[in-house]
Amino acid sequence: MVYLTRKTEFSASHFYHNPEFTPEENQRVFGKCNNPNGHGHNYTLEVTVKGAVDPKSGFVVDLKQLKDVMGREVLDAFDHRFLNKEVPEFLTKIPTTENLAIAIWQRLAPKLNAAQLHRVRVYETPDLFVDFYGENFHAKDFHGGA
Amino acid sequence: MKAHLTRRYMFSASHRLHSDKLSAEENRATYGKCNNPYGHGHNYTVEITVSGPVDEQTGMVCNLVDLDGFVRSEILERYDHQNLNLLREFAKEVPTTENLCIAIYEIVTRGFRHAHLEKVRIEETMMNSFEYRGEE
Repeated sequence: MVYLTRKTEFSASHFYHNPEFTPEENQRVFGKCNNPNGHGHNYTLEVTVKGAVDPKSGFVVDLKQLKDVMGREVLDAFDHRFLNKEVPEFLTKIPTTENLAIAIWQRLAPKLNAAQLHRVRVYETPDLFVDFYGENFHAKDFHGGA
Repeated sequence: MKAHLTRRYMFSASHRLHSDKLSAEENRATYGKCNNPYGHGHNYTVEITVSGPVDEQTGMVCNLVDLDGFVRSEILERYDHQNLNLLREFAKEVPTTENLCIAIYEIVTRGFRHAHLEKVRIEETMMNSFEYRGEE
């Protein structure tokens, strides 16, 4: 088994708000991230896949294919977007870095055929990142995927 | 759905690697220039990784305000701009970055209640780093 990681970047804006909370609760829980006009980040996405090395090609996965899937499923949807308003998952889910990692997992996992998705890592800033390994993942709990 | 969240923090501290159980020659042979009697310093980077279910209401594993507050008061205030050899946890242990990982892991796992601690990783310099995940 060999693990391969591909990195890419996207920039997007978001804000944190739970309509079930009172304005005071939203402010207390989410602080300045609750500003309704949103704010932005340069996100770094690392996608790690695993698989056996194909004896003919020497590849775990065709890098071009992985790049294309990441571009189509993630960058086209997320890059230079207001996540809360333009990405279907975040019409109902709060676009925290945790939920971004889960949404990206949900978008990528069914599209990869040669290799298996191992980890999605999303950096919100260089000092903060989230890893999702698909643990306890239930697609039905996470509506709105592409 | 379980996710892992990692936050990086920095502090600067000095230390000297020296074991009372070794002779002067053995200390020199074991620790090299790190055994210099006056000590030396590093800019340490600490990565704290916590895990847990993503809360349905907040979308979070834990609130960063809680993690930052805990790390600031319990880790950074304890270690930043200090001589590690003078701290209680290094009265008998050599303040290697391995032992620093264990000390920080113990503080977080004992005191932080908002998420499960997965691991502590410390970069002593850009060229070396150490990890501790508790006794496995």
